[in-house]
Amino acid sequence: MTVAVDTDLALKLRGVSKQYPGTDAAAVSGVDLDIRRGEFVTFLGPSGSGKTTTLNMIAGFISPTGGQILLDGKDIADLPPHRRNLGMVFQNYALFPHMSVWDNVAFPLVERKYPKEQIRERVRAALEMVNLTGFEKRRPRELSGGQQQRVALTRALVFDPPILLMDEPLSALDKKLRQRLQLEIKRVHREVGITFLFVTHDQEEAMALSDRVVVFDHGRIEQVGTPDELYRRPATRFVAEFLGDSNLIDGRLVTSDGTVALEAPEGRIPLAGPPAPSDGEHCVMFRPEDVRVTSGEDDAAAWKGTVREVVYLGSERRVIVTTETGRDVTARTSGETTGVPRVGDAVGLRFSASNAWLIPTTG
Amino acid sequence: MLKLAQRTTRRLRGAHLAIPLLALLVAFFAIPVLELMRRSFLDADGALTMQSYADFLGTPAYRTILFRTFFVAVICTVVCVLFAYPYAYLMTLAGPRVRRVLLVLVLLPFWTSLMVRTYAWLVLLQDTGPIKAALEAIGLGQVHLIRNTAGVVIGMAQILLPFMVLPLYNNLQKIERSDLLAAQSLGATPLRAFWRAYFPQSLPGLFAGGVLVFILALGFYITPVILGSPQNSMMSQLIVRQVTERLDWAGGGAMAVVLTVLTLVFVGLMSRVVNVQQAFGGTGDRK
Ligand SMILES: Nc1ncnc2c1ncn2[C@@H]1O[C@H](COP(=O)(O)OP(=O)(O)OP(=O)(O)O)[C@@H](O)[C@H]1O
Ligand SMILES: [Mg+2]
Repeated sequence: MTVAVDTDLALKLRGVSKQYPGTDAAAVSGVDLDIRRGEFVTFLGPSGSGKTTTLNMIAGFISPTGGQILLDGKDIADLPPHRRNLGMVFQNYALFPHMSVWDNVAFPLVERKYPKEQIRERVRAALEMVNLTGFEKRRPRELSGGQQQRVALTRALVFDPPILLMDEPLSALDKKLRQRLQLEIKRVHREVGITFLFVTHDQEEAMALSDRVVVFDHGRIEQVGTPDELYRRPATRFVAEFLGDSNLIDGRLVTSDGTVALEAPEGRIPLAGPPAPSDGEHCVMFRPEDVRVTSGEDDAAAWKGTVREVVYLGSERRVIVTTETGRDVTARTSGETTGVPRVGDAVGLRFSASNAWLIPTTG
Repeated sequence: MLKLAQRTTRRLRGAHLAIPLLALLVAFFAIPVLELMRRSFLDADGALTMQSYADFLGTPAYRTILFRTFFVAVICTVVCVLFAYPYAYLMTLAGPRVRRVLLVLVLLPFWTSLMVRTYAWLVLLQDTGPIKAALEAIGLGQVHLIRNTAGVVIGMAQILLPFMVLPLYNNLQKIERSDLLAAQSLGATPLRAFWRAYFPQSLPGLFAGGVLVFILALGFYITPVILGSPQNSMMSQLIVRQVTERLDWAGGGAMAVVLTVLTLVFVGLMSRVVNVQQAFGGTGDRK
């Protein structure tokens, strides 16, 4: 395990909490987080989980009721937003409607009293980077949603902030455009090389963009990890359910003859490990791609069930099988036409023993 | 071309709904005004002349009154802006309940007649009134607030305040508050953020309210009569005197026409000056 040296850290949150006046529950409580320089970190969580509140505390718009925020190792509690030197892209972009694209992008440089020559050069280069050359004189309302987004991004980057904060910058756009802008944001991240802190409630977006994802729920961090870690090894039931489809099976773990198996009402599922910390009640997760649907006569199948639904997804199908006890199990199969189960078919279910994941806590 | 024609017809569809009001306006506004204008160019025998205009503009006392009228209207507008802006801004910050209370407080004066309110000011401002007493108590007893321009401005500004607050609030309420935060995140102090990101967006409302207050102030009659004195009368009083006391319709008409034309010129100039979205937002070196 590598321990990040403090100088590698762009931002450090220590026990950061926020309770809004007049509310009885904290909107954010005890958030600890280290963000390395150049990292792309995403805050992911359902609505009201405290993502915006945390981001706004970093930006300085909200003061924490507890904890510390360290920027480059320095506590920034007393620094007002305009002296934090952080770029920020707002959900509604917050482009100034009375200013042209050029003046919007020049704004942070003018406020910093850059020389005129330098402002001209920087704004030109910045607009070029996002392919907005030729749009300088337009007003924001004369741009498409995607173009406005790019202006907002450019304006937040033109003064070389060490960190860029983005609060759901893509949520107002349609899916196609979102995906295109995701790629663009990733490209910009690579090119400018600074730390990006991105907020979304869309798990696919978080997975697609991030080096690391911070999963929020009820104002607390549930888990921090790479997209793969979160998908393969979720720390809590909440994370397992929030990211992608999952089958969570509660049962008794029993070890006999050196092999582990999960005892559930529908039958015994053999597991390859990792060995359980202790036998007893546990929750095991199988991703849909780790469940195989076989024929009803498959004697080696762990469970039996009936196909309830088949969803066509292009390259693959999602098959939902209902077991005798009424539990739904989701499997994903490749798109081959042979042997595709149909609704109402009696089928067997096999679970990939090696990909089973034991949820460490029952949170 | 075709598109333009289509758009015009679409715009004009339903125009007949405006006919009753238009008829009313023509009969009771346009015709009398035009008649007054016509008379202003005639002498006693009905011959065409500019004599009334020459008499009006050639008399120093009249010019002073004209100047005073514009001066009072400008001061009233400025006073209204100074009071209305923070008030309207506060309204945009308030929760729905407080906002409704603030709105009712603005509209409250409309529920009482102009005359009653003006006499109320007379009671408050007169030399034996509470305001004078309060000023005396802090050692400013020599100030007279009645029978002079100060009294007229105080009364008029209060009466005109709603006309400033309402258009301004309507404008401010549409400005995104996140623009202020964005400006600060981009390095502007809260004051600079207000000045560059917020204030320019409020100019249309300021202008709308300003023009309304200004024009209404130019024509105010009752308040200057009650709170002012003949020594500092305004155009409306002069015109009334000309018509009702001297029965000089031509002279009164000439005064009214000059006042109207100057008002239009003034408002036209203001709209030029206030169309400064560029001037406020710009770095001055766009390509
Ligand atoms: N100004 C405020 N006053 C009181 N409570 C607030 C305020 N702002 C947010 N909250 C509460 O704090 C909690 C966290 O809100 P926050 O906006 O941080 O959530 P979020 O994760 O950004 O949600 P979303 O995905 O909907 O944007 C919510 O319960 C919200 O109701
Ligand atoms: Mg939010």
